[in-house]
Amino acid sequence: MSSEAIRYRRGPSWDCAIVNQWLAVVAVLGFVGALAVASAPARYRARGVAVIVIVTSLCALTVAIQVLHTGHVARLVTSRVLPITGASLRLDSLGALFVAITAVVAIATAIFSLGYAAKHPMTRTFASAFCVFVTAMLLVPTAWSVTSFLFAWELMALASLALVLTDYRRGDTVRSAALWYAVLTQVGAGAIGFGLVLLAVKTGSQGFTTMASHAPSTSPWLRSTVFLLVLTGFASKAGVVPLHVWLPKAHAEAPSAVSALMSAAMVNLGVYGILRVGDTLLGGGPPWWWISVIVLGVVSAIYGSIHAATSTDLKRLLAYSTTDNIGLIMIAIGTAGLLTSTGHPIYAALALFAAMLHLVNHAVFKGSLFLSAGSIQFATGTRDLDRLGGLFRRMPVASTIFALGTIAITALPPLCGFVSEWLLLQSLLHGLSSTTTVSVVLMPLCVAALALTGGLTAAAFVKAFGVGTLGIARSTEADLAVEPPWSMNVGAGALATLCVLFGVAPLVVVSAIDRAVSALQLIGAPEVVRHGEALAINGAHGLFDPTLIAVALVVSVVVVVGARALLSQRLAVRRAPVWGSGRETQTARMTYTATSFAEPLQRVFDDVLRPSHDLDVSHRGESRYFVESIRFATRSADAFERMLYQPVIDIVRALARRTRLLQNGSVHRYLAYGLGALVVIMMFAR
Amino acid sequence: MISTVNGWLVGVVVLQVSVLAVLAPLLVGLMRTVRCRLEGRQGPPVRQTWRDLRKLLLKQRTQPEHSSLFFAVAPVVLVATTLVVVAFVPIVATRTVFGGGADLFTVVFLLLFGSVALALAALDTGTPFGGMGSSRLMAIVALAEPALLVAILALAATVHSSSLTTIVVGSLHHPMWLATPQHLLALGAFVIVILAESGRMPVDNPATHLELTMIHEALMLEYSGADLALVVFGESLRLTVLLALLSNLFFPWGIATSLSAASLAVATLSVVAKVVALAVCVAVGEVTVAKLRLFRVPELLAGAFVLAVLAVLSALVIA
Repeated sequence: MSSEAIRYRRGPSWDCAIVNQWLAVVAVLGFVGALAVASAPARYRARGVAVIVIVTSLCALTVAIQVLHTGHVARLVTSRVLPITGASLRLDSLGALFVAITAVVAIATAIFSLGYAAKHPMTRTFASAFCVFVTAMLLVPTAWSVTSFLFAWELMALASLALVLTDYRRGDTVRSAALWYAVLTQVGAGAIGFGLVLLAVKTGSQGFTTMASHAPSTSPWLRSTVFLLVLTGFASKAGVVPLHVWLPKAHAEAPSAVSALMSAAMVNLGVYGILRVGDTLLGGGPPWWWISVIVLGVVSAIYGSIHAATSTDLKRLLAYSTTDNIGLIMIAIGTAGLLTSTGHPIYAALALFAAMLHLVNHAVFKGSLFLSAGSIQFATGTRDLDRLGGLFRRMPVASTIFALGTIAITALPPLCGFVSEWLLLQSLLHGLSSTTTVSVVLMPLCVAALALTGGLTAAAFVKAFGVGTLGIARSTEADLAVEPPWSMNVGAGALATLCVLFGVAPLVVVSAIDRAVSALQLIGAPEVVRHGEALAINGAHGLFDPTLIAVALVVSVVVVVGARALLSQRLAVRRAPVWGSGRETQTARMTYTATSFAEPLQRVFDDVLRPSHDLDVSHRGESRYFVESIRFATRSADAFERMLYQPVIDIVRALARRTRLLQNGSVHRYLAYGLGALVVIMMFAR
Repeated sequence: MISTVNGWLVGVVVLQVSVLAVLAPLLVGLMRTVRCRLEGRQGPPVRQTWRDLRKLLLKQRTQPEHSSLFFAVAPVVLVATTLVVVAFVPIVATRTVFGGGADLFTVVFLLLFGSVALALAALDTGTPFGGMGSSRLMAIVALAEPALLVAILALAATVHSSSLTTIVVGSLHHPMWLATPQHLLALGAFVIVILAESGRMPVDNPATHLELTMIHEALMLEYSGADLALVVFGESLRLTVLLALLSNLFFPWGIATSLSAASLAVATLSVVAKVVALAVCVAVGEVTVAKLRLFRVPELLAGAFVLAVLAVLSALVIA
């Protein structure tokens, strides 16, 4: 048996089995469906998109679950599509996990979009781009050659760009967001393409299997170059600092269903890419690869969570929190790589397991949160937390779904965020036992980042949920809000239900993730988590029973409510006006807004955020002591945007201005250029 | 779930829940009395806090006109999560019936749930005070939480486990561990975090009702009747369990390693004595220090964070 066979055929593949054909079904359904909905009349468009996306995703989900369940590999090689190279698809259990996540999120967003379309009718472009986007995301983890991968990757980027531009008529912010996204995603795609092609040229094949088997014999310089290139590319897709600047812009300006898909499914594929290329294709590398992954993760986690804690735009807040969570996942992946190179495969497996579980959980809670934000925007027309409030009494179902997402992302037991946060902490704890100089310096840093992120996330989401949905309505729009259509609640609620399920009974996803982790060669231990009564970590001390905690909480609530009923004679509640320090009326203007809520933290992290304040005080004519009006504006722009990107933009502008000298509009001059070029060509081309 | 449901172990849970529940209000009363005596005042009797709770149970519950379900739910969540912590952690015996629950990280996140619930309920009142308390509480929690988690990791690094039972048993067998730099540094971080999380001096003054400085009082301003009783009880229970945890993590002597009636009795007495001693220390400390300005609190918590990171570093260097 060749080494390749040992590494990649962990399980047998189905030859000529029906499962292989399902991969083709997914692709055909998605793309043909996209054409179909584009030509469908407007009133059937939303339903058409829902049907196409749901059916395609269900097909993909079926294949993915089969692969995850059996450990087999689905394959499909055809020369009929993609000229010259043909398409090569292969779904192993690592890819299947990402396909499954994407499919579940896509189904929820498709149901959500049904209701959303009632108020914001779908355009042709949106409808077909939506189908193409979902299909491309389902195909990226199955692509098994450089051309297939880049084709699916670019298709995903372009379709999502079209979707970000949906509301381009609304103003410059949408167009500018799309431009940032386009530039960063294309720079990323360029880096990925260059890296993969470089590897393909040196290994003499563009099929992933051959590339993987020849890669270890290539020079370390080449492999490191390839890794750095693809790391840059995938990091820009995953929203890792400093390539994250498109994320808060694009996620905020895109329709919420699109933000949910991008944040809960697309950014994951950046993580997938790092694992697939770093591990499968290059077969791991020197520790500094993983150290750079860890450093990127630490910076992203801290920077993202600080911005999330101080943002007042609901969707911007969610976008920054995506950067933060992807940062945590990167920390765990880097730790896994580092622990493998220092000879702790079991702990490495644990770190990778934690990363994948957090990825799954992040997808469900962030998907649910973005869809909740969509419901709020649908009902009020705004996503500015300072103008929301009082929504819980006006839209109880949508707000409850938002509350579940909040509890999950804050990592409170018994919801899903807690399980993966616990495992992340455990993996870092066991990472401490590798005592190389590097890990002695790095591990406390990771621990500090994870811990800081946890606290700041709690503050960010108490603000998002508390200021957004509780208390008094701060604007007429919020005051007039009503419950969104049922389909929007079903879409968001489905993901929120998964948050509860994965938190109370994480064993339902554990074996799938075990399977996905074991597809990576970094990992020595086949099973990370012992099954059975509780989540117990294999080869390490650590026992944890989320089901027990959930049951204990329920019992405890019953006991407390019972005791209160037993001991108190007056349980009836009187509605009363609040204490207003002697004033008669309370108005919404007196309550804390998101800006004021975040003020203490903003003050603490002043050096990172560097907000700019504008204060205009105009006085009455008679005396300086009587103020007529005060206008206060505060803005915290992204520091990286200002300090890293603005100089680059300025340089490009300056260069563009220089080149403009060549083009002054004179036809004579252009003719002279043509003549000159001809002379040059004739001189050199013999 | 519960591997071997041992009658004794269930008895231990009931014992420690009831001991701490009875002790909690008395402890707050004791701290108040100690402060009064040191300030040259008579002060209320220690059991006054229980009398206050009984009085509150007789009063009517009110709810602000604009508030929703959250306001009513938060006190229950606060007490329920704290009770789960009391049931899970090894307080009188190292063996607990909930093997999978006696984990330090679990404890931290369960207690965080209570804080988050209170912060949300305060925002739900729709008053400036509620928002103020909520904002300040979350700012403090956001900075205290990291220090706490890192301090825990420093303790857990010694035994390669975050299980409370393992940590406590480990330090019982190796008493010299408690004198290592990482334990002392972690102890410092723990103390600061516990003071911050339970709203004691120098972070928050539990006796103040001055609008501009209060944090915890602002959070519960709108509660009355049985709800206020729950909030007050929950906060005192939280302080008590944090002190009990502190005493068992850093001064574990006396905790029962076997389940005989005698050792349980000794353990109960010793844990009560340790908690009372710690509470008196806190009360004495509160009289001698001044409350920090609100915007100096982050510096204190950053100090705790640095202590905790140093604890982890020294744990690694020594290992």
